[in-house]
Amino acid sequence: MIDFTDEQIERYSRHIILPEVGGQGQQKMLEAKVLLLGAGGLGSPAAYYLAAAGIGNLGIIDFDRVDLSNLQRQIIHSTKRIGMLKTESAKKTIQDLNPDVKVTLYNEKLDSKNIMKLIDEYDYIVDGSDNFPTRYLVNDACVITGKTIIHGSIYRFEGQVTVFKPGDGPCYRCLYPEPPPPGMAPNCQEGGVLGVLAGVIGNLQVVEVLKLVLGIGKPLIGGLLIYDALNTEFRKLKLRKDVDCPVCGESPTIKELVDYEEFCGLPR
Amino acid sequence: MAVKVRIPTPLMKLTDNQAEVTAEGSTISEILNNLESQFNGIKERICEENGSPRRFINVYLNEEDIRFLDGERTAVKDGDEISIIPAIAGGTGAR
Repeated sequence: MIDFTDEQIERYSRHIILPEVGGQGQQKMLEAKVLLLGAGGLGSPAAYYLAAAGIGNLGIIDFDRVDLSNLQRQIIHSTKRIGMLKTESAKKTIQDLNPDVKVTLYNEKLDSKNIMKLIDEYDYIVDGSDNFPTRYLVNDACVITGKTIIHGSIYRFEGQVTVFKPGDGPCYRCLYPEPPPPGMAPNCQEGGVLGVLAGVIGNLQVVEVLKLVLGIGKPLIGGLLIYDALNTEFRKLKLRKDVDCPVCGESPTIKELVDYEEFCGLPR
Repeated sequence: MAVKVRIPTPLMKLTDNQAEVTAEGSTISEILNNLESQFNGIKERICEENGSPRRFINVYLNEEDIRFLDGERTAVKDGDEISIIPAIAGGTGAR
């Protein structure tokens, strides 16, 4: 059943010797299908380590191109690749690192028309998107289809991670039923971010993906992990399923996908 | 009753950049009013006009969301910790 090449046995030896992983766990990882929403701040480190771990099928959605200002944190790209599509750049880095990984690229913008088809192919969705319309769209689509979201966000010196697994725990709308109106919440480039924070949070997302794929440990379902870099503190808050949640509650009012109008940070 | 309140990064402009402040009160509602008396304008950022937290901001008493306790009427005691957690979308930071 497990049919590793000599090279694979060597490449994954530090996984295979872990009793919690073993050859079977490594096989599960090679068969896993993970979709990354964005190859930016969180998606870069996440894609890189998922590939190193031997997650065998990675999808990457991004329509953007590599910019010099990305390279402070988006380590999957490089100076030579400025101007290249982020998906193409990420694929190149991943293939140089681990040719076992099959990378599928989607150079498009996620919306209510394409999301169902895109997520259908995957088991786990790594959400590192930088705007509320995408967060809500992804949440609703994953509640409807029963896909698990590994959610991360970063802002200045602070990051958050959680796992939304439909049926087993709350969804994003249980936390925040509606997106904030424009100007009321920060997002996008406003305020900046300590670059390495993307690495910390993106990799915490990867840890959760691997645990879910392997079926080991306690995944971060129903918990919000907050990392405060300035004070070197991790805190964990409880997230509860809201029976009145508009999408996963007892009488859902949202049954179709909503395209919220895009906005970015404070009014200009 | 003095409790510690964690201020989220986006609201730290209102607290002279303090991530942690102390507030007095025996319920969440009193704590929020006390915060307002110390830091003018902060309550309006956290709450609707009726005094309950906005739909994109959650208030936690220790590790529990007050929506699953008694809301703004939730009692607090010495040594409790309150966290204000707004929705944040920063991630890819593409542009």
